[in-house]
Amino acid sequence: MNRRVALVICFGFGVVMFAQYFSKHPLARGVNQAVLEYWQIIFAFALLLGVVSFFQNNIKQIGHGSDRPYRTVSLVGLLAMPVAAVIGGIGAGSPFLWIFENVQAPMQSTVFALLAFFVASASFRGFRARSVPAAILLGAAILILLSRSAIGGPLSGWLPDTADWIRHHPSMAARRAILIGIGLGSLTTSLRVIVGIERTWLGGKK
Amino acid sequence: MDVGTAIAGVLTLAVLSFLYRDNPVYKMAESLLIGVSIGYTLVVIWSSTLVDLLFRPLFLDGMLPLIIPLVLGLLMFGRFHRATSSLSRLPIAVMIGSGAGVAIPAMLDARILKQLSATVMPVLTASGIPDLSAIVIIGGVVTTLCYFYFSREHKGALGSAATVGTWFLMVFFGTTFGYTVMSRMSTFIGRMEFLLTEFLHIAN
Repeated sequence: MNRRVALVICFGFGVVMFAQYFSKHPLARGVNQAVLEYWQIIFAFALLLGVVSFFQNNIKQIGHGSDRPYRTVSLVGLLAMPVAAVIGGIGAGSPFLWIFENVQAPMQSTVFALLAFFVASASFRGFRARSVPAAILLGAAILILLSRSAIGGPLSGWLPDTADWIRHHPSMAARRAILIGIGLGSLTTSLRVIVGIERTWLGGKK
Repeated sequence: MDVGTAIAGVLTLAVLSFLYRDNPVYKMAESLLIGVSIGYTLVVIWSSTLVDLLFRPLFLDGMLPLIIPLVLGLLMFGRFHRATSSLSRLPIAVMIGSGAGVAIPAMLDARILKQLSATVMPVLTASGIPDLSAIVIIGGVVTTLCYFYFSREHKGALGSAATVGTWFLMVFFGTTFGYTVMSRMSTFIGRMEFLLTEFLHIAN
């Protein structure tokens, strides 16, 4: 597919989807609904592509003998879910949900919990009040940690209130500025994509 | 103890073994988690998107326009062959173009206008007393935006404002860090509770 054709299609869909926002006409609403639905379907195919690619890559690596047991376990896990879904469906009490509840969910939450230790150890090494910003960071973190733990309330009555005020005012102010920055960045990037200045999504060297 | 609890307990311990150091048991559990997660996503996408939005309406209800996303989706698989790989740019162009078109008004509304309207508020109360909270929010947003303004060197008034902006950013990072640690700790406590009560039956 010629790169220029892809750019023209991108421009066309970008302009149409931008313009439909300013119309309440049923045709515009219909186009919006249809394109968003098409978007989901194409996205699903893109994810399927990723799964097929993962499968192919692992089969190739198993053939070469690298990390054979781990890759085999990955593939067994990958195949177990669709096979279970085909055999027993995906409703309540199905083998599919059983695997999800007893294999996937416990491991996922444990990996999530593991990060508590790494965050804590990294902060122990990294948190040094060497400058004013570092001291503010340290102070805010300690205040929030104390206020959200069991000793926060008994330690001092004002601790939870102060933590809430910090969260809802100075912290919120910085968050808003970051969101405005993200919004401006996304806006300009989207415009650059639509008009064809930003072309990295096309891939290739040209 | 039922089989499901036993398996969940063993897998939880396998993941926690990483706290000692990287080891084959952890790697095995990690590989299993990757495979099962991808398998789960595959099934969910197949049933909730491809069957519900595409195959059923197209083949059972005869909604022929859905051939368009079907063909576009299949073109994605052109990437597997060098001769057809450029065809996959077509669905990507549709996704990128429509996504960018939708994003412009959405970003303008949610990320810029709504944030600005929430920020612009009276700095004096009805009795004429300065409202510290409002001043902090307006000052914080303006100075943090000054910090993100890189088109001019941070010197003079802009430099001072940017410095104050970094303080606000540090408060934000500190609070975010605190909440992240607490949420992870709460998950960890949940896993420990599961191990000690349901799996090992050491505690009630």
